[in-house]
Amino acid sequence: MFNIQQNHFELFGLPARFAVDMALLDQHYRKLQAEVHPDRFVAASPNERMQSMQWATQVNEAYRTLKHPTSRARYLLQLQGVDTEEESNTAMPADFLMLQMEWREAVEEAFDDGDVTALDALLKDMREQAKILEQALADTLDRQHAWQESADIVRKLSFVDKIRSDVELKISKLEDE
Amino acid sequence: MALLQISEPGMSTAPHQHRLAVGIDLGTTNSLVATVRSGLSTVLLDEAGHALLPSVVHYTADGQIEVGHPAQLQQSQDPQNTIVSVKRFLGRGLGDIGDTNHLPYRFVEMPGMVQIETRAGIKSPVEVSAEILKTLKTRAEQVLGGELTGAVITVPAYFDDAQRQATKDAARLAGLNVLRLLNEPTAAAIAYGLDNSSEGIYVIYDLGGGTFDVSILRLTKGVFEVLSTNGDSALGGDDFDRRIFCWILEQARLQPLNPADTRLLMTKAKEAKEWLTEHASANITAVLSDGEIVNLTLDQAEFHSLTQQLLNRTLAPIRKALRDASLAVEDVKGIVLVGGATRMPQVRQAVTGFFGQEPLTNLDPDQVVALGAAIQANILAGNRHDDELLLLDVIPLSLGLETMGGLVEKVIPRNSTLPIARAQDFTTFKDGQTAMSIHVLQGERELVTDCRSLGRFELRGIPPMAAGAARIRVTFQVDADGLLSVSAQEQTSGAHANIVVKPSYGLSEDQITSMLQASFTSAEADKHARALQEARVDAARLLEAIEAALRQDGAALLNDEERTEIAAQMENLRNCARQEDSDAINQAVDALNHATETFAARRMDASVRQALAGQSLNTLEL
Repeated sequence: MFNIQQNHFELFGLPARFAVDMALLDQHYRKLQAEVHPDRFVAASPNERMQSMQWATQVNEAYRTLKHPTSRARYLLQLQGVDTEEESNTAMPADFLMLQMEWREAVEEAFDDGDVTALDALLKDMREQAKILEQALADTLDRQHAWQESADIVRKLSFVDKIRSDVELKISKLEDE
Repeated sequence: MALLQISEPGMSTAPHQHRLAVGIDLGTTNSLVATVRSGLSTVLLDEAGHALLPSVVHYTADGQIEVGHPAQLQQSQDPQNTIVSVKRFLGRGLGDIGDTNHLPYRFVEMPGMVQIETRAGIKSPVEVSAEILKTLKTRAEQVLGGELTGAVITVPAYFDDAQRQATKDAARLAGLNVLRLLNEPTAAAIAYGLDNSSEGIYVIYDLGGGTFDVSILRLTKGVFEVLSTNGDSALGGDDFDRRIFCWILEQARLQPLNPADTRLLMTKAKEAKEWLTEHASANITAVLSDGEIVNLTLDQAEFHSLTQQLLNRTLAPIRKALRDASLAVEDVKGIVLVGGATRMPQVRQAVTGFFGQEPLTNLDPDQVVALGAAIQANILAGNRHDDELLLLDVIPLSLGLETMGGLVEKVIPRNSTLPIARAQDFTTFKDGQTAMSIHVLQGERELVTDCRSLGRFELRGIPPMAAGAARIRVTFQVDADGLLSVSAQEQTSGAHANIVVKPSYGLSEDQITSMLQASFTSAEADKHARALQEARVDAARLLEAIEAALRQDGAALLNDEERTEIAAQMENLRNCARQEDSDAINQAVDALNHATETFAARRMDASVRQALAGQSLNTLEL
């Protein structure tokens, strides 16, 4: 019996791995929504409308989690019972902290100068750094099953995500002016 | 010669019956109604052959209500009782509207939504909008020759929760069954025949009378997936009129005007704007009430420079929407223009310049939204079953909660695909506390004062406990209409505490009833008649839905005992519906709903199972 609580990979009929076939994920997402979306149940009974909303909500949540590398890795670790401690554990290797500080300074400077091009260049650097971390995760999660090491990488990735969204916010502030 | 089909007496033809469903574009300046006939989406015309119904409502001296063209004629003569562009006030407080000096209305500040004082009394923007919707409903029922099953009503993608709720309330007040609130740009995308053959990224640029929306959609095999949306809910074609109006005041060195002159010159400004779409210059002539003559010439170059800043204001939301979708200008396959204001040559130039390609313009930008809404209404009403078309839309603005120090904590980020739910845990801070209030905000900024307050949700009925012991899980659910509902549950008490959550905006059931009653004469009898009528409609809808479900899956998913129980409850409901007691009908509806809960869950499981069947069965069977 299917269960709305089942794990996200099972829901999409995909193996529980970090390396996900994105095209297949997209395709299965659309197939599932085509069945459960509230638009398919406008004339149905209140029970079925409620079921439809719960399922469609769950399918969206699962898709969002699996689509983004950081949340996908975090979710895989959660399935292994490993907490990524992103709120509590802020210990980071010195070189990574240095890079963070350099980025922060460069971002502040570019923002004060109103230099969107410089911010865009920084975003590109950050995307590259994120890619390197994601490649490392594919190795530690799927091949080595090194859960603690993976949790360390997820914490780094989540740092990078945070600074990226800060930069995006700053760019949109500059574009508003 | 074709043979006539004759059905057995008593045999229902219901499953094949074409249900009358319409799409309604409730616009700031004009409104339209469309439907799908013989497979084609068409706009329905009024008796005089007009497609556009001006969104103008006039409360006349002899107690009548005029809507559309006749109301529009009264704009200059009776501006205070002629409500134009009411959509700008839907779900808005006085503070949201901005500069009201150029508006002739007597505004009344009310909690939640501004009201307008007219000779027919104080009117809510919901009531005024309902008059427009009623007129379109009547038009549709006359042309189509029957009662409507339901309607899809379009809203700007950038409408917040209060504006959406107000639109839905207006539709209810007009007696329409709302199948779905649909975002205008998404409706336009459907209409544009961006059908199964089109794949890729499309941008919808929608400059309406009073709102600007941009949506970015990804099309894949009939699935319309909105990736991001952005806009400015206080920018539209009306602002271009106002620029010309201000230019007239400046050029003619006019003193502050009375309401009739203001209205007259606003009309002249609008005419000049429309004339300039196809001509190099426009003459503006008017005689004011004190006899003063205005005679000016506005050329295109001057008009462009007057409105350059407005055009730039449309480009910032496009950049943001592209960034949110992680896309570049080069990724865009096509641009669709929506809204009468996109006829202005400078708009087309600005769009072409920004994207480096010409926009698609082969459909009438005034009609495209209604045409798309009609297509969706036809599908939602169940007239097409072979359909692959699916819309996945997003929430336009983040939802957040007020936390300590006047800060906003995001609960649901913008551009999340709908429906979506998020839970948040709260606790009490006083011993024996049984109620709390949650302040919900919509917007992207960090401070409460910079976001739009959707109101406070009151939680009542929390079981009394020591301070900090209660664990209240509050769930924020945004449905496919983009409407928020809040539910709450106490986690520790074990007992399923019934916590009541009530928003402080939107119309209450009582307010709707009293507004409905205001349009009837003998209140009490009508109230009962109406309750009975509504209960019977609910009963009929439920019975029809369950009959359809049983035909499909009754044999496969239910055992004999379950089928008998459901059949008994259906029979009970049919009996009750023949009687005159609305309470008894509602009870029987509840009982039937209860009896079919498991059936509904099994049907859903079966369709999920079927969705991925044959693809990766081994992983599914885990």
